[in-house]
Amino acid sequence: MSTGTVQARPQGKARLRRLEPAAIGGVMSRELANFRTYWRGTTFSSVLEPIVYLLAFGLGLSATLVDEVNGTPYVEYVGTGMVATAVIFSSALPAMFGTFVKHRFQNTYDAILAAPVDVEELVSAEMLWIGVRASVYGCVPLLVTIGFGLDPALGMLLTPFFCLATALGFAGFGVAMAATVAKIDQFNYVTALFVTPLFLVSGAFFPIDELPEGVQVVAQLNPLHQLVELVRGGAFGYDPIDAVRFAGLIAFALVMWRIAVRQMTKRLID
Amino acid sequence: MAAMAAIELRGVVKSFGPITAVDGLDLDVPEGICLGLLGPNGAGKSTTMRLLTGQALPDAGELRALGHELPEDAKAARAEMGVVPQLDNLDVDVTVEDNLAVFARLYRVPNVGAAVDRALDLARLRERRRDAVDELSGGMRRRLLLARGLVHEPRLILLDEPTVGLDPQIRTQLWTLIDDLRSRGVTILMSTHYIEEAERLADEVAVMAAGKIISRGIPAELIAEHAGRETAEIYAPPDRLAEARTIAEADGLRVRPAGPAIAIVGSERAGNGAVPEDAVRRAASLEDVFVLLTGEEAE
Repeated sequence: MSTGTVQARPQGKARLRRLEPAAIGGVMSRELANFRTYWRGTTFSSVLEPIVYLLAFGLGLSATLVDEVNGTPYVEYVGTGMVATAVIFSSALPAMFGTFVKHRFQNTYDAILAAPVDVEELVSAEMLWIGVRASVYGCVPLLVTIGFGLDPALGMLLTPFFCLATALGFAGFGVAMAATVAKIDQFNYVTALFVTPLFLVSGAFFPIDELPEGVQVVAQLNPLHQLVELVRGGAFGYDPIDAVRFAGLIAFALVMWRIAVRQMTKRLID
Repeated sequence: MAAMAAIELRGVVKSFGPITAVDGLDLDVPEGICLGLLGPNGAGKSTTMRLLTGQALPDAGELRALGHELPEDAKAARAEMGVVPQLDNLDVDVTVEDNLAVFARLYRVPNVGAAVDRALDLARLRERRRDAVDELSGGMRRRLLLARGLVHEPRLILLDEPTVGLDPQIRTQLWTLIDDLRSRGVTILMSTHYIEEAERLADEVAVMAAGKIISRGIPAELIAEHAGRETAEIYAPPDRLAEARTIAEADGLRVRPAGPAIAIVGSERAGNGAVPEDAVRRAASLEDVFVLLTGEEAE
């Protein structure tokens, strides 16, 4: 029946290294192949959402309640803040649900781990893919806001890097959560306890210095708030402390990466 | 000179909480043969497969695959082996060729395009290369799954219940494909609980139960050793079956259930009257061996 030419190959022996680019690239190529089948819907919503938000919050509120915040027109304030919301919603949520579905329902990871790919490479590739994608989608609200009148600035060119560091961290968070929960319904707790509060106290829609002092302290630990500050720094002028903020986001990504690898190893290797 | 072992397991133990899935397993698979790992559900076959890919870590024992120590060198071992899983885990929205290309990259195949073409020919799916997997029939998907595990021309193939749940026609197609691989000198370890599959494809059969190999040999030898030459099947009402069983066992014969009937194994050794006149006599089979050794009904 077959016209194939499979033959037993001669013996070769090589010890493969950790974090091989070929393994990470292979896993990412799988994500890319799948992404090509659904990119239109995802991209459509990622572009439309900031426009709707800007119309509703920015133009709606600025016409009735808030004209500006700390001297910044409210449309531009919200538009720059929405970069953070786009990043968390296109990193933490796809990482949580995507990882869970691929592991529990599609058995995708069993197939990948039967190839010369280890859990660390698998998690790194998944995080990297989600991170790159979310950093692209994260820039969309900024571009839309420019369309709404925000002046382009050279500092904005660093925005994709800020988004990438944050998205990597939240992708790691999502992967770790997917490896930890027993049932997909439990993501409701994760969303209610972590994702929504982080999003609300990020300073995307209102300044956090209006919040109670205790909440302000917590908000300073919120990576999304740091991202919002960095994006606004790119649009309206950086502060020296922004370097510390960026370093904090990189540290967040690294910590989440190791937690995700540890949790997924416990889940995938019996 | 004896062929080098593609797989060597010594005293391997793997437990999941209170359940010991693999219990002191010793197993050698020489290069170039197809070994059928035959056992009932829960015998430890799939766990053995996962131990060989490093997806399960042993609690005790030594494992070696293609000369690589496991689990330390599992990644290098996996680069030279192909795995065909029991469950279909293809990417259903992605095209046939992209499914193959992704795995060619994961296996670091230098010429991805050529490897994909070769695998498409093997699976007889060249005409469907640009179709999404979702659009394929069950048999095509199964062939694709097999071709995906072979895209890098592995020296060793692990087939985990390759035809479970498939209809007879698709099963026969896959058997032809596996038989073709075997004839090319690829080492195959195939877990199955289908007797016919093991008889048809395996050079040797290892019967596994409760995490151990309880018997091993070429099918004809196993049959001769455990079941003799002939089996007599008796179809009758339950009270008569019970009576026939008692008489046969009193004559030192072994009796096993066979669906609605009973089977008296090694009936060629029966004394006068130990086997009823109306019994259906047939050649002893691997199924007789399997049921006698494992106590499970065969499929």
